[in-house]
Amino acid sequence: MKGLAGPALALVGMLLVVAAQGLPAVGDATAPAARHVAPRYIERSHAETGTPNFVTAVLADYRGYDTLGETTVIFTAGLACFLLLGEGKTR
Amino acid sequence: MRAPFGSPVLDAACRLLVPFLLLFALYVLVHGHDSPGGGFQSGTLLAGAVILVRLVRGHPGGWGLERRAALGLACGGVGLYAAIGLASLVFGGHYLDYSALPLPLAAASRRALGILGIEVGVTLGVTGVLVLIFDALVAWEGEEA
Repeated sequence: MKGLAGPALALVGMLLVVAAQGLPAVGDATAPAARHVAPRYIERSHAETGTPNFVTAVLADYRGYDTLGETTVIFTAGLACFLLLGEGKTR
Repeated sequence: MRAPFGSPVLDAACRLLVPFLLLFALYVLVHGHDSPGGGFQSGTLLAGAVILVRLVRGHPGGWGLERRAALGLACGGVGLYAAIGLASLVFGGHYLDYSALPLPLAAASRRALGILGIEVGVTLGVTGVLVLIFDALVAWEGEEA
């Protein structure tokens, strides 16, 4: 079994290199990821949200639910620190 | 923390630095609509100011932000975010659809205000959480480690 590790690694590595050839170029405007909802954000986010910075518009409005989840993750981390480390010292 | 880092030099430098930190945090928060910035960055700056004061002064209750108050701030921040979402639900929109909020403004301006509201919530939450984590990792003088 040990002798298989090298060839398996080489095979997976080659598969990754071959698959990477199929990726769209960086900044390709015709890539599937750039044709779905991105044009609408770029063209209409100022008119729809009154926010010139469309990163903020996407973060807080179009994807507001996602950001709520992120904030909850941070809150949970802080709560865990408080309950596991902070509370014990005061008793 | 067994002893504060305090010295007259540090104290004076801290007094100079903290007002600008607070002002810059406010700027980053309200200018997030026009430039890079927003709630997470602003909350980090605010927490940095609080932690700086705690390191120099060396006691946990600097500015009345006790451990319990920091916990309340964190809860309040996340709660404000969720409450704005619920408010838009109550007034007939989708969850977190700020244009449903009953404000006498154009729909786009209502959305911009809603974004500002949730960014304030994120700021308060991040500030509270970072101060909580700092306090949890530090044993202050007079407390058992």
